[in-house]
Amino acid sequence: MSEFLTKSRARNVFYGGSIFFVVVFVALTAQSHRHIVDKATAGMPLTDEVVLGKHVWERNSCINCHTLHGEGAYFAPEVGNVMTRWGVLDDPEGAYEMLDGWMAAQPSGIEGRRQMPHFEITEEEMRGLAEFLRWADQTDTQNWPPNDAG
Amino acid sequence: MKYQSQKVAYAYFLAAMALFGIQVLGGLLLGWIYVSPNTLSEVLPFNIVRMIHTNALIVWLLLGFFGAAYYLVPEESEREIFSVKLAYIQLAILVVGTLGAVGSYLVGIHGGREFLEQPLWVKFGILVAAVIFLVNVSLTFLAGRKTAITNILMMGLWLLCLLWIFAFINPDNLSLDKMYWWMVVHLWVEATWELVMAAILGFLMLKLTGVDREVIEKWLYIIVATALFSGILGTGHHFYWIGTPGYWQWIGSIFSTFEVVPFFAMMSFAFVMVWKGRKNHPNKAALLWSLGSSTVAFFGAGVWGFLHTLHGVNFYTHGTQITAAHGHLAFYGAYVALNLAMFTYAMPILRGRDPYNQVLNMASFWLMTGGMAFMTFTLTFAGTIQTHMQRIVGDYFMDVQDQLGLFYLMRFGSGIAVVLGALLFIYSMLVVRREVVKPGPVAVPGE
Ligand code: HEM
Ligand code: HEM
Ligand SMILES: [Fe+2]
Repeated sequence: MSEFLTKSRARNVFYGGSIFFVVVFVALTAQSHRHIVDKATAGMPLTDEVVLGKHVWERNSCINCHTLHGEGAYFAPEVGNVMTRWGVLDDPEGAYEMLDGWMAAQPSGIEGRRQMPHFEITEEEMRGLAEFLRWADQTDTQNWPPNDAG
Repeated sequence: MKYQSQKVAYAYFLAAMALFGIQVLGGLLLGWIYVSPNTLSEVLPFNIVRMIHTNALIVWLLLGFFGAAYYLVPEESEREIFSVKLAYIQLAILVVGTLGAVGSYLVGIHGGREFLEQPLWVKFGILVAAVIFLVNVSLTFLAGRKTAITNILMMGLWLLCLLWIFAFINPDNLSLDKMYWWMVVHLWVEATWELVMAAILGFLMLKLTGVDREVIEKWLYIIVATALFSGILGTGHHFYWIGTPGYWQWIGSIFSTFEVVPFFAMMSFAFVMVWKGRKNHPNKAALLWSLGSSTVAFFGAGVWGFLHTLHGVNFYTHGTQITAAHGHLAFYGAYVALNLAMFTYAMPILRGRDPYNQVLNMASFWLMTGGMAFMTFTLTFAGTIQTHMQRIVGDYFMDVQDQLGLFYLMRFGSGIAVVLGALLFIYSMLVVRREVVKPGPVAVPGE
C-alpha cells in the first residue's frame, strides 16, 4: 500500500473527494429547502401569528427543557405533537385556551415533581404560541413520533 | 518552548480550564435537579443552567483549540506568531463575550436555539474574534514551513469559523431553522472539529512517539478524508424527522455508519504510532490522555453514535436519554480529553519545567473517564427503558420519567466523580510543583 498511496496522493484524494461531497450536499440541501417550503410545512400558512409564536418560544428558551420534533433537552415532554395529544390540532380557539390554562397553572409546586417555570406572556403572544405549536404539529415528519406520547 | 510567542497558549489554556470547571459544576447541578426537581426551580430553572452547561463546554473547547493552534503553528511553521497582541485581544473579546453571555442568561436574556443562545452582540463578538484569529494564524502559516499537520489544522479552523455564519441564519420556518441549525452543530463535531482533532493528535504523536513525520502525515490525510467523505452526507442522520425529504433516511443511515471509520482510524493511528515509536518521552500523562482520547472517542462517537444512527432505530430512540448518553461520551472522548492531552503536554513546557505532575494527572484521567463511562451506562439504561415504555408501549413522558429515578441518582454520583477528576486535573496542572510519587530506577532518555 505504501508505494501506491503516497502522501501527495492521499492529500489529493482528500481535497478532491471533499469537494465532491460538498457539492452533492449543497445540491441536496437546496432540494430539501424546497421540499420543506412547498410540501412538508405547506399544510398551514406561515402567518405573522405563527412567527410571533416562534419568537415567544425562543425568548423563553423552551427548547432547553423540551424536545420539539425530537430535538432539544430531554427534561420535559415532546411538544411537536402536543396539539394532537390535547386533541386541538384543528381548533385554534381550543388550542389557545388549553395552552393558556396550562401555562397559568405552572409552576405546579408539587414536591418531587419537575417544575415548569412561570413565564410572562401576553394574550397576543399566547395565541401566537398556540398557533406556532399547531403549525409545527402539522409538519410532515415522516410519521414521527411513533405514538401520541411523543 | 522554541518560540516566545507560543506563550499566548498559556493564557488560552487557563481561561479554558476555568470554564471547564464552570461547565462541570453546571452539569452537576443539572444532574441534581433531575434527582431533586424542586431545587432552585424558581430562581435558576433547568433551562438556564443547561444553557450555561452546554455553552461553557463549547466555548472552552474552542478556547483550547485556539490555544493549541497558537502553540502548534509557530513550532510547525518555524516562526513567531504574526501578532501576539492580536492573540491577546482575541482572547479578551472571547472572555468578555463569555462573561456577558453567562450574565445575561442569569437575568433571563437569551436566544432560543439550542447551543446558540448567545445574545446577538456576543455572536458578533465571536465572529470578530474568529476573524482576528484566522488572520493571525493564517499569516503565520503562510509565511512559514507548511506541513500536513498545519494544512489540516488550518483547513479545519477556517471551515469551522465559516460555519459560524449559520449561527446568524434563523428562518421563520421551523423546519428550515432546524435544517440550517445542524450546519453548525453537526458539521462542527462530525466534520470540521475532526480535522482539528486529527491535526492535534498528529502533532502530539509526532512529539511523544518520535515516529517519522512522513508516516504520520500520510495517516492524517487518510483519516481526514474518511471523516469528510462520511461526515458531510452523514448530516442526513439529523434529517429523518424534521420535515426534510424521506431520502435522507437512506443517505443518513449509510453515510453516518461510515462516520465510525475515522474514529476507528484515529484510535488505531494513536496505538500504532506508540507501538512503532522508539522514543521514551517523559510526559507519560500526555500519552495517556492522547491514547485515552482516541479510544473514548471511538466508543462515544463511533459505537454510541452507531447505536442510534440507523433510521429504523432512531425512529424509536430519537430525543431520548440515549441521545444524552451518546452526546456526553462523544464530546468527552473526542474533544474534552483531546484538549486535556494538549494541556498536559504543553503546560510544563509553557511554564518552563519538566513534567512534574504525572501521577495526580493520570489519576484524574481515570477518575474523569471512569465517571463519564459510568454516566454513559446509566443514561443508556435509562434511555432503553424510556424508549420501550414511551415509544413502544406509549406511556406518557412524565410517568416514564418517574420510573427512572434510580438511574438519575447514579448519574449524579458519576457526576461527582467527574467534578472531582476535573478539579484534580486543574490542581495538578497549576498547583503541584513536585512529583508526588518517585519514579522507578529505570533511566529514561527523553527529549
Ligand atoms: C458533572 C458531570 C456532568 C453532569 C452531571 C452532566 C449532566 C447533564 C445534564 C443533566 C444535561 C441535560 C440533559 C437533558 O437535556 O435532559 C446535560 C447536557 C449536556 N451535557 Fe452534560 N453533564 C456533565 C458533564 C458533561 C461533560 C464533561 C460534557 C462534555 C463532554 C457534557 C456535555 C453535555 C452536552 C453536549 C449536553 C447536551 C446533550 C444533548 O443535547 O444531547 N456534560 N448534561
Ligand atoms: C465526536 C463526535 C460527536 C459528537 C461530539 C457528537 C455529539 C452529539 C450530540 C451533542 C448530539 C445531540 C444533539 C442535540 O442536542 O439534538 C448528537 C446527536 C446524534 N449523534 Fe452524535 N456526536 C458525534 C459523533 C457521532 C457519530 C460518529 C455518529 C454516528 C455514527 C453520531 C450519531 C448521532 C445521532 C444519530 C444523533 C441524533 C440523536 C437523536 O436522534 O436524538 N454522532 N451527537
Ligand atoms: Fe450528527
